[in-house]
Amino acid sequence: MNLVEMIGVSKSFVDKAALKGVSLSVRRGEILSIIGPSGAGKTTLLRLINLLIYPDEGKIFFEGVDTEGSEQHRRTLRRRMAMVFQHPALFDASVFDNVALGLRIRGFSERAVVEKVDEALRYVGLSGLGRRRAATLSAGEAQRVSLARALVLEPKLLLLDEPTANLDPPNVAAIENVVKRVNSDSKITVVFATHNLLQAKRLSDRVAFLWMGELVEVGETSELFENPKDERTSLYLSGRIIY
Amino acid sequence: MPGWEELFYGVFRALQLIFSGDPEIARITFLSLRVSGAATLLGGIIGIPLGATIALRSFRGKTIVISMINTLMGLPPVLVGLIFYILLSSTGPLGFLHLIYTPEAMMLAQLTMVIPIVAGVVITSTSGIDVGLREAAISLGADALQEVRILLWESRLGLLTALVVGFGAAISEVGAIMIVGGNLLGYTRALTTSIVLLTNQGEFVEAIALGIILLALAFLVNVVLTCLQMKSRSGLFAQTRSTKINRKVEV
Repeated sequence: MNLVEMIGVSKSFVDKAALKGVSLSVRRGEILSIIGPSGAGKTTLLRLINLLIYPDEGKIFFEGVDTEGSEQHRRTLRRRMAMVFQHPALFDASVFDNVALGLRIRGFSERAVVEKVDEALRYVGLSGLGRRRAATLSAGEAQRVSLARALVLEPKLLLLDEPTANLDPPNVAAIENVVKRVNSDSKITVVFATHNLLQAKRLSDRVAFLWMGELVEVGETSELFENPKDERTSLYLSGRIIY
Repeated sequence: MPGWEELFYGVFRALQLIFSGDPEIARITFLSLRVSGAATLLGGIIGIPLGATIALRSFRGKTIVISMINTLMGLPPVLVGLIFYILLSSTGPLGFLHLIYTPEAMMLAQLTMVIPIVAGVVITSTSGIDVGLREAAISLGADALQEVRILLWESRLGLLTALVVGFGAAISEVGAIMIVGGNLLGYTRALTTSIVLLTNQGEFVEAIALGIILLALAFLVNVVLTCLQMKSRSGLFAQTRSTKINRKVEV
């Protein structure tokens, strides 16, 4: 059974269609990259999977369970996944408190919180930074804290919305390395939105190409990059679609 | 006519009154602190959730409600006093409560002014929270109540500012408590009403002295609240012992 199943999902904001009848499966244990130009609907797709917004049409299943229902039902499902946003979205608190937040929301004991946060910070290469104020971190450090905040929850699905968009190469490498490790060590399924084609090539098992809210093509990474089936994919991969 | 001399003597007299432990001054000061402190505390209990709810929820007429609260932030104390006088006077609709010319009536009048001030400042500070933070809290699994708690924590400096501003308005207010309290010696006489009375009697030195005590009182309360602001940087959504444990492990 696939971890996520989207069937004919559409979403509009005011008068703009962000997604049009998207059907997409996310397989357990894979890294799936969502590529596409700015405004293609990548963020909307991730927010829909994270159950932060409702689809106008279509169905989304998570672990075989229909995500439609009460807010409590959606929250229960949402707590099995974690999302890292393009901007780190850290609270005005210490690094420790930021990483601990999701655990505290779930009612973990403080002893367990301390152990898990310490381990998560070590995992992203930031151990010893727990007492620093989040506001004093560099962009790369902040994004790694945001990643630790997601990983500490041991999610079944990790959603990453262009997390390296504004980072320098060492931080991009550090984040990619962590993503690869969590996928191989902990078998966490990853959905990674990016407009960096090389990054998608480096990280993914499969790639999905979104264009103007439409899912144009999904395929194994090498297959999609070497033999795209749709002309629009070819244009995008060759840099002929301006974005 | 009063001049610089009264001001200088006023300062000396204030120090004299503070250090002599004059029982009447102590009673007046304590009453001011009690009435304004209670009004601020209750104003915070009502105004903070009210302001946060208005800021964080979408509903029809939100703009009108915010405009009304902003208008009420400048509520004239004399008008509040007049309305409470009519309501609480023996022939008024709430006369049976026998609250007119009591400290409780003074507190109610100040509370009426403090609530919109606190709510207004909370609306401003909470509305300014980054939408991304709100979404992050939900994404992390927060329920509606947890989301509000997290966002209030995030805007905690604004909440403390709301209390500081609310207390400042209450402690310095004179019109309302003069009308509903009656400025009765030993019972409802507060610092501000005493200053008005002494000024009317030409006792400028004493009036200045009480003004300085009033200022010192406001300063002390602000120092306490500012210290709270400075210390409120750790413990996001934490249980009580978290910070200690945090320190042990992270050092």
